[in-house]
Amino acid sequence: MPEPVSISLTVNGIAREGRCEPRKLLVDFIREDLELTGTHVGCEHGICGACTVIVNGEAARSCLMLAVQAEGAEILTIEGLAKDGKFHPLQEAFRQHHGLQCGFCTPGMLLTALDFLRVNPHPTELEIREGIAAVLCRCTGYQGIVKAVDAAAKELGRTTG
Amino acid sequence: MKPAKFEYHAPGSVDEAIALLGRYEGDAKVLAGGQSLVPLLNFRLSRPAALIDLNRIPSLAYIRADDGVVRFGAMTRQRTIEFSDVVRQRLPLLSEATRLVGHLPIRTRGTIGGSIAHADPSAEYPAILAALDGEVVVKGPKGERTVKARELFQTYLTTSLESDEVLTEVRLPAIDAGAGTAFEEFSRRHGDFAIIGIAAVIAGDGASCSMARLATAGAGPIPVRLRAAEEILERDGLGDAPIAAAAARAAELVDPDSDIHASSAYRKHLTGVLTERAVRRAMAKRGR
Repeated sequence: MPEPVSISLTVNGIAREGRCEPRKLLVDFIREDLELTGTHVGCEHGICGACTVIVNGEAARSCLMLAVQAEGAEILTIEGLAKDGKFHPLQEAFRQHHGLQCGFCTPGMLLTALDFLRVNPHPTELEIREGIAAVLCRCTGYQGIVKAVDAAAKELGRTTG
Repeated sequence: MKPAKFEYHAPGSVDEAIALLGRYEGDAKVLAGGQSLVPLLNFRLSRPAALIDLNRIPSLAYIRADDGVVRFGAMTRQRTIEFSDVVRQRLPLLSEATRLVGHLPIRTRGTIGGSIAHADPSAEYPAILAALDGEVVVKGPKGERTVKARELFQTYLTTSLESDEVLTEVRLPAIDAGAGTAFEEFSRRHGDFAIIGIAAVIAGDGASCSMARLATAGAGPIPVRLRAAEEILERDGLGDAPIAAAAARAAELVDPDSDIHASSAYRKHLTGVLTERAVRRAMAKRGR
């Protein structure tokens, strides 16, 4: 019988610890052990993107990582995106452009868009569509999401020069 | 679903990984990027006794170009390859194809060695290994050996690697600066596996073709090198008639199965169509 393993990592800037079986997926560890339920778990096989978090600076599917693999990692979840009670420009843009709809895919959309805009700060609309193709919206209303990412790109470009 | 129970090991060296694989006598799986293996674990289609995780072996991640060969450590992430200047310059075919591998958050974790060792015939990297006649380095208890693409892929998800061997390096010959390359792919949605993909490299001036390389993804249980179609172009050049003949020959060279995504006949048809598109686009990119 596999022994439980201890895990130490940083989540949203805070050192966290936990203990779980090696087979526990990172998304379940984040939700159940760390009680950060903003990260949603959808398909559990890497297709829907709802569980996307930032691992060591890059977006990754937390349903396709084991919690034990995150030992020592720095993770950003949706709970860490707003700073000092102020929305991140992406969150503000999603609110303004009706990018949330039912909200289920939103955490994955936001963190995927965060990483996407980091590698491509001035995307075309087609590039935005390709970028957010990594996350499925079951409301199927992608237009508001595309507009929101576009608006956030412009706002981030303005504020960061 | 969730994975069945397994023991987990994260060795710090390849030798340690090989010893662990030997200890489980074929009942352990090597975990690279996990973007194919973890879904199989989650569905319990794979229930290994143990996982041997290579993610704590930093010496397995590198890109080195020398002597006309680009060597990739097996744990080099697809995302690193996507943004690599060396790859853009020496292997533009690989740069282009990498953008078709899943999505950015998949490429963050997915590795070149994992993709090739997983040997999904619909995947892009095995097709490129076949097209460029590349090779992989594998290490086992008896030492190291190199395996050519044509000797590596055996059938769906199956390579000639032994259960106690680890794929450590992928070697791809650099593409001549004057050659043009293209990776054409048809899939239902952006980021999905290819129903058919065609990798093409074309060299030569004007309508002459000094070298053609063509290989498929998704057209059978292993990637298929389309040698007889390449020969038509190398012999008859790059006019409309030889390109059409090469495309028709390409469709004859493959024997894909039917599945839920596409019939065999449709895949054969696509093989021809995408071969022509890939050849024409690769031609247009020559000398740039």
